[in-house]
Amino acid sequence: MRVKEHPILSSLDRIPVVEIIVDGIAVPAREGESIAAALMALGRLKLRHTHKTSSPRGVFCGIGRCTDCVMTVDGQTNVRTCVTPVRAGMIVETQNKPDKGE
Amino acid sequence: MRQADIIIVGAGPAGLSAAVEAGRLGAQVVVVDENAKPGGQLFKQIHKFFGSREHLAGIRGFDIGQELLAQAQPCAQIKLNSTVYAIYPDKQVALIADGVHQETIRAKKVILAAGASENVLAFPGSTLPGVMSAGAVQTMMNVYQVLPAEEILMIGSGNVGLIVSYQIVQAGGKVNALLEAAPRIGGYGVHAAKISRAGIPILTRHTVQKVLGEEHVEGAIVVQLDDNVQPVPGSERMIACGAIAIAVGLTPLTELAHLAGCQLTFISRLGGMLPVHDDNMETTVPGIYAAGDLTGVEEASSAMEEGRLAGIAAAEALGYIDAGAAAKRKAQVWERLHMLRSGDFGSYRRQMKEEVIEKGRIFHAI
Repeated sequence: MRVKEHPILSSLDRIPVVEIIVDGIAVPAREGESIAAALMALGRLKLRHTHKTSSPRGVFCGIGRCTDCVMTVDGQTNVRTCVTPVRAGMIVETQNKPDKGE
Repeated sequence: MRQADIIIVGAGPAGLSAAVEAGRLGAQVVVVDENAKPGGQLFKQIHKFFGSREHLAGIRGFDIGQELLAQAQPCAQIKLNSTVYAIYPDKQVALIADGVHQETIRAKKVILAAGASENVLAFPGSTLPGVMSAGAVQTMMNVYQVLPAEEILMIGSGNVGLIVSYQIVQAGGKVNALLEAAPRIGGYGVHAAKISRAGIPILTRHTVQKVLGEEHVEGAIVVQLDDNVQPVPGSERMIACGAIAIAVGLTPLTELAHLAGCQLTFISRLGGMLPVHDDNMETTVPGIYAAGDLTGVEEASSAMEEGRLAGIAAAEALGYIDAGAAAKRKAQVWERLHMLRSGDFGSYRRQMKEEVIEKGRIFHAI
């Protein structure tokens, strides 16, 4: 959910929008923001599933330490989306989807 | 192997302040930070700082960050996206980037200013997407202008919990309640009053019993606590929310200090384990200094002062300033630090810090 109005911060409207591909779907992101922020702006909190029990996980620490927000980015697994900025055309995929192999 | 007078680990308020002092005195300084941007957590702090004019009171955190960065840039090489993964004997600092070894720099002095990380609180459902540290919520809304949900439940009434709650309202979100397990509000009364005026209910003696939701947070069952911090039967109630922010303190990031062989001590009220240091912020390993939240969780203002101390002391040890002039500068910094560590909230921090420093003095005397 994007912040619509803010009493202190200036609007992000001037920041260019780039497109990233998330699980096969093209979605907008603001240049320079983290992958996790771009997904949160779209209302997506669940970023991955755990390997063993497929439990959902999202951002916890936001500073790259807890690694709960990892996703596969451009084929590289376990990328910390809270500290990795978006780049136009970036391919982002959910790890350990429960429906994998179906 | 590349050489440097001083390597500073961490480009937050402490590290950048150290770089400014040491660099201005003529030392050749390299600041290393694992993040893509410098400034540590200053750029998500949109509130005006507290204290006196010397402490930049009334200026917003991100403006302080810009100013500090502008001062530091001509004083040091700031190397971003680089993580220190080892500190070998003889102060050889090894850096890694994108999983690949970058270089090892041999430094004459090292200043550790790695900061702190937020504490976790475990309860049924605490791993569900939407349960986040308050700092993560703050980064999302103040740096990227994104809210995790329209309605948020805050846990913890220290200054972080209070300030972030207010900032959620500023960003257009709603804080449905702020829970505090203790009988009293932890942070400054002025912040608590501000969020009460904003209509946020502060529930002391309350905690989360469990989170509702399968794929992400949809609400929480909260419960009242008795004098023994046990749930009061029948006091459970549901609070709707799409996210839960946790503000229950921070822990110093002591890994590198530990790795470098610095003696650590445990001071609960400063966040737990932290490196022993003396008046110069020098740890028990000669030539390795520490500053900021790593040496005890306080505020950005005190982190900046500690950074200045470490920067002056390291430059002095390298001969860039004579002892008399250095003593004068350090005395000025100490005066400001004492001011920051005074009053109802600050005096215990001064007392705890003096305990740490006493240990450091004894160590260096032996």
